Amino acid sequence: MSAKTLYDKLWDSHVVRQEADGTALLYIDRHLVHEVTSPQAFEGLKLAKRKLWRTSSILAVADHNVPTTNRAAGIADPVSRLQVETLDANCAEFKVTEFKMNDARQGIVHVIGPEQGATLPGMTVVCGDSHTSTHGAFAALAHGIGTSEVEHVMATQCLVAKKSKAMLVKVEGALGKGVTAKDVALAVIGKIGTAGGTGYAIEFAGSAIRALSMEGRMTLCNMAIEAGARAGMVAADETTLAYIKGRPFAPQGEQWDKAVAYWRTLHSEEGAQFDAVVELDAAGIRPQVTWGTSPEMVTSIDGRVPDPASAPDAVKRGDWERALAYMDLKANTPIGEIRIDKVFIGSCTNGRIEDMRAAATVAKGRKVAANVKLAMVVPGSGLVKAQAEKEGLDKVFIEAGFEWRDPGCSMCLAMNDDRLEPGERCAATSNRNFEGRQGQGGRTHLVSPAMAAAAAIAGHFIDVSKE
Amino acid sequence: MRKFELLDGLVAPLDRANVDTDAIIPKQFLKSIKRSGFGPNAFDEWRYLDHGEPGMDNSKRPLNKEFVLNLPRYQGAQILLARENFGCGSSREHAPWALEDYGFRVIIAPSFADIFFHNCFKNGLLPIKLEAAKVDALFKAVEANAGYRLKVGLEQQTITTPDGTVYKFEVDAFRKHCLLNGLDDIGLTLQHVEDIRAYETKHRAAQPWLFA
Repeated sequence: MSAKTLYDKLWDSHVVRQEADGTALLYIDRHLVHEVTSPQAFEGLKLAKRKLWRTSSILAVADHNVPTTNRAAGIADPVSRLQVETLDANCAEFKVTEFKMNDARQGIVHVIGPEQGATLPGMTVVCGDSHTSTHGAFAALAHGIGTSEVEHVMATQCLVAKKSKAMLVKVEGALGKGVTAKDVALAVIGKIGTAGGTGYAIEFAGSAIRALSMEGRMTLCNMAIEAGARAGMVAADETTLAYIKGRPFAPQGEQWDKAVAYWRTLHSEEGAQFDAVVELDAAGIRPQVTWGTSPEMVTSIDGRVPDPASAPDAVKRGDWERALAYMDLKANTPIGEIRIDKVFIGSCTNGRIEDMRAAATVAKGRKVAANVKLAMVVPGSGLVKAQAEKEGLDKVFIEAGFEWRDPGCSMCLAMNDDRLEPGERCAATSNRNFEGRQGQGGRTHLVSPAMAAAAAIAGHFIDVSKE
Repeated sequence: MRKFELLDGLVAPLDRANVDTDAIIPKQFLKSIKRSGFGPNAFDEWRYLDHGEPGMDNSKRPLNKEFVLNLPRYQGAQILLARENFGCGSSREHAPWALEDYGFRVIIAPSFADIFFHNCFKNGLLPIKLEAAKVDALFKAVEANAGYRLKVGLEQQTITTPDGTVYKFEVDAFRKHCLLNGLDDIGLTLQHVEDIRAYETKHRAAQPWLFA
């Protein structure tokens, strides 16, 4: 038998049955649920008088709609409030474990899953959210699904799926000063494009990936979907085990030992074949900044806004022209000269403790520039917030002029009150710079937490590696 | 789910690549707890000149007359012609719900994002991948001929142009079967309850910590 990839192992161990054409029923171990993509699924179950197949596989949390200030007052927007109340009611009716808005453990679904140990190596993980790829950092097969699939998994514990192709993204060497997992993710997307991973499951490997913390690996796998891949993953190693040990949902005692023995097998075997291989030199990656309206429209802090005249084809030229018009940028402008109005540090991409620390290190003892109207830090969960406060990071941010908020998705997608006004330009640590993503007419530049904090202080993008 | 068999429909062109699901249905409309009624807000930010919010009377809002779907010649379109990587970004099924509610039954593009592609089939929408050169030819034909229609046959897996040109397309056999018969996945999967139970028993024995 030929050598298996990590993806082969995860896939093969979850196939319930497979048809001749490759369509499989894939068993799902963990189902994460949030308020936006679940109400119609619960309603479908009720209409069909169906039950949850395995209630204990589900963990629910409200994250997209929740306010990041004055939570005691509840949710002001009645439409948002109804959606969160609907989740609460559905979880109560179906007896699903839910971290409610004012629970200390509440937070962004992709932050709390790993934080609770609810995401474990060898699992299949789904959620009605495209950034579910995040959980692949734990050598899990994790991907986003639509609401019909949410209902399907609730009722059957399975997903109807076909195996993807396998892509290896190998990053060798050491990352330079000020260069983070976020920069690696953006550099990969810049290289292969936002559709480069379509139809693939990506495994990230190489010495630069091995050297990343779990937080960094989560940032990287989170962005796999921005390269078009539904799933991203990293092999399990000592870093993985050390992160999981002792978390509330993690196995303990004898179970832990048995689990670890299995988890240590979760890596691609020597000689395993991939359908595509992409290689990057870690030392060559510089801090990244997006300039357009798709994550592939990215360059380094040393770069300039590109000239559409140099686009490789007519379709791309049209896209670049539209992007520059929307972003109100001129071709050939140095990235370092782009001035910003707002800063957003947070999201399922960069809302973890390590991200808070990286931003605080840059902000410490400095002040947000006068031209920056709002610089906000939104921790990814209540526990991240508590840990940051224990370390005094909240004070560092507040003294520098940042706002320190309550956890949630916030201005990554602006479903709550945190949003850009038309024409405002934002340095954001989130994952999508699409038109209108952070608010209609808003202009988003994706960067790492350190780069966002540095931009807040300088008032424009600045090379954090030279700080 | 609504069946899909044969469609003879007006074609509307959306000539840009990487159309994301945030553009197809902006986030403020995702606050709904329903599956229907998203059509009037499909492409909201491109389609209207003001800022849309749930609960507004969309018939009274100022239209962006330059947006292609607002042009008189494309009213009543059921086939959307699009470019590469259509439906990228968020997994929101509200995107196919909005397109279906708007009146589209078929989307033709050189490539689609994976999650969106799968979501379409579950909502009676047929996404068709066609080679870029053929899509390009269709864009030219649509723009040159007002009232341009295509015949799409799922059983035969063909697109027929007004001049009689036939393009064959590929479709997953299982998805085709479900769409032709309007079948719901859950009902089909539950025919395999015994297989799922047997797998679960074996899986629980091997990795009991997953069932704690």
